[in-house]
Amino acid sequence: MKILVPVKRVIDYNVKARVKADKTGVDLANVKMSMNPFDEIAVEEAIRKKEAGQAEEIIAVSIGPAQAQETLRTALAMGADRAILIQTDDIVEPLAVAKLLKAVVDAEQPGLVILGKQAIDDDSNQTGQMLAALLGWPQGTFASIVKVVGDGIEVTREVDGGLETVALTLPAIVTTDLRLNEPRYASLPNIMKAKKKQLDVKTAADYGVDISPRLKTLKVEEPAKRAGGIKVKTIEELVDKLKNEAGVI
Amino acid sequence: MTALVLAEHDNAELKPATLNAVTAASQLGGDVHVLVAGSGAQAVADAAARIAGVSVVLLADDASYGNRLAENIAPLIVSLAGDYDAIVAPTTTSGKNILPRVAAQLDVAQISDVMKVESADTFVRPIYAGNALATVQSTDSKKVMTVRGTGFPAAAATGGSAEIRTIAAAANPGNSRFVGAELAKSDRPELTAAKIIVSGGRGMGSSGAFSIIESLADKLGAAVGASRAAVDAGFISNDHQVGQTGKIVAPQLYIAVGISGAIQHLAGMKDSKVIVAINKDEEAPIFQIADYGLVADLFQAVPELEKAL
Repeated sequence: MKILVPVKRVIDYNVKARVKADKTGVDLANVKMSMNPFDEIAVEEAIRKKEAGQAEEIIAVSIGPAQAQETLRTALAMGADRAILIQTDDIVEPLAVAKLLKAVVDAEQPGLVILGKQAIDDDSNQTGQMLAALLGWPQGTFASIVKVVGDGIEVTREVDGGLETVALTLPAIVTTDLRLNEPRYASLPNIMKAKKKQLDVKTAADYGVDISPRLKTLKVEEPAKRAGGIKVKTIEELVDKLKNEAGVI
Repeated sequence: MTALVLAEHDNAELKPATLNAVTAASQLGGDVHVLVAGSGAQAVADAAARIAGVSVVLLADDASYGNRLAENIAPLIVSLAGDYDAIVAPTTTSGKNILPRVAAQLDVAQISDVMKVESADTFVRPIYAGNALATVQSTDSKKVMTVRGTGFPAAAATGGSAEIRTIAAAANPGNSRFVGAELAKSDRPELTAAKIIVSGGRGMGSSGAFSIIESLADKLGAAVGASRAAVDAGFISNDHQVGQTGKIVAPQLYIAVGISGAIQHLAGMKDSKVIVAINKDEEAPIFQIADYGLVADLFQAVPELEKAL
């Protein structure tokens, strides 16, 4: 079985996003960019499945600017076998991403696609489910355990009330939650080896997919800031403030 | 203009998140219908029919909807979508699981986690862990959106008398099966509906130590929350996680104990009315957004606070 792992280049999770003065978006100039953390978990899960003899090949795919090659090299250094970049400088919404990924799936015929449950930039949490819909495949979203069982998989999902487990036929879609695994760091020799692995660069037009956006961003603003509070010295003072000043207890 | 709201429920009870979604849907400016897809869910449909402002409840009662599998429910919503201008679901794990599948099948963009309805096609939603708010206008003829509970007041649970229409189930693709669930059982209020939340972080140090959080929560009639660090460390189960990818809460009072205040955690609770932080590290970022900060050893301060109430 082949596993396809889409990865996105996003603002590093330790960096606080700053809104541009002209309110057109978030300032990404000279900001550290990294692989979306949920996608790292997806790459790790694919590698573990390969190490367990449940997969033969891992293909990483990214949709984004030329610099997304670095993100793909990271995936290759972790252990993916080859990579595809669908290069574009446009904003690509989840629906268009899902359409591009469907085209890649049609060409590569993976048995499993493992995606991050959401990207930490647009926080949409849509692409995996949309890809599943376009392919007519089942989906195990927000996964904390993925087990290959017979001809299918069992996915334990993090849901509002706790955990639930579903059994899916293959091929299937999995989206990762935080506790699925702890991604490995790429070793220096693997980083060197990754430079020689195959990385194909394509365009959306190569796949015949229209990626024009459906949403117009009218403005991007900073949320209202909380006024700074005070430090209290004792529990008595805290209780007094909560009762008599804030009136919340 | 008619909007269809996907009801959040467990076949027995209608969940409060539905009420906030109904308010968001009514702000689109037309009629609001509610879809109850479940198994043995007549009581849920009856409850949905009593929501103020709902004119029609569609009840699809079928074994295949008993566990709200997205593979089964999405085709049902798609089959109904022709009659609606908007499909709305609460931003719950169920809404997040099902709705993008509907949007893709309808070939429309989904607007995720809407906080504010500006007009029937323009919405405000958080991006970058809530560090920016985007106002987006949808160019699709049909709107598909999940809505953040804390952004909309709950519609009145009683006072309505909607017509209940029983509808047939859609074809079941048969590619997924519910195996089981481990759901937390608690007498405490639900996190997303609680007026007071007491949350613990990495500073708790162990799962045993969470008992002082639980004890304080019980004294206050509060829900128990946690940071990602506490959940990752195995101190407490995932359903307690508050943050960018966990639950978004906005209670009257949020007491953060031993939580440093990573941006991902703040994203989930910074709209709380009053925030209290108890942390021994006076440099912890949580103090920058707390209304009342107490620099103290939580193992002394929390029991002391409980006693003082």
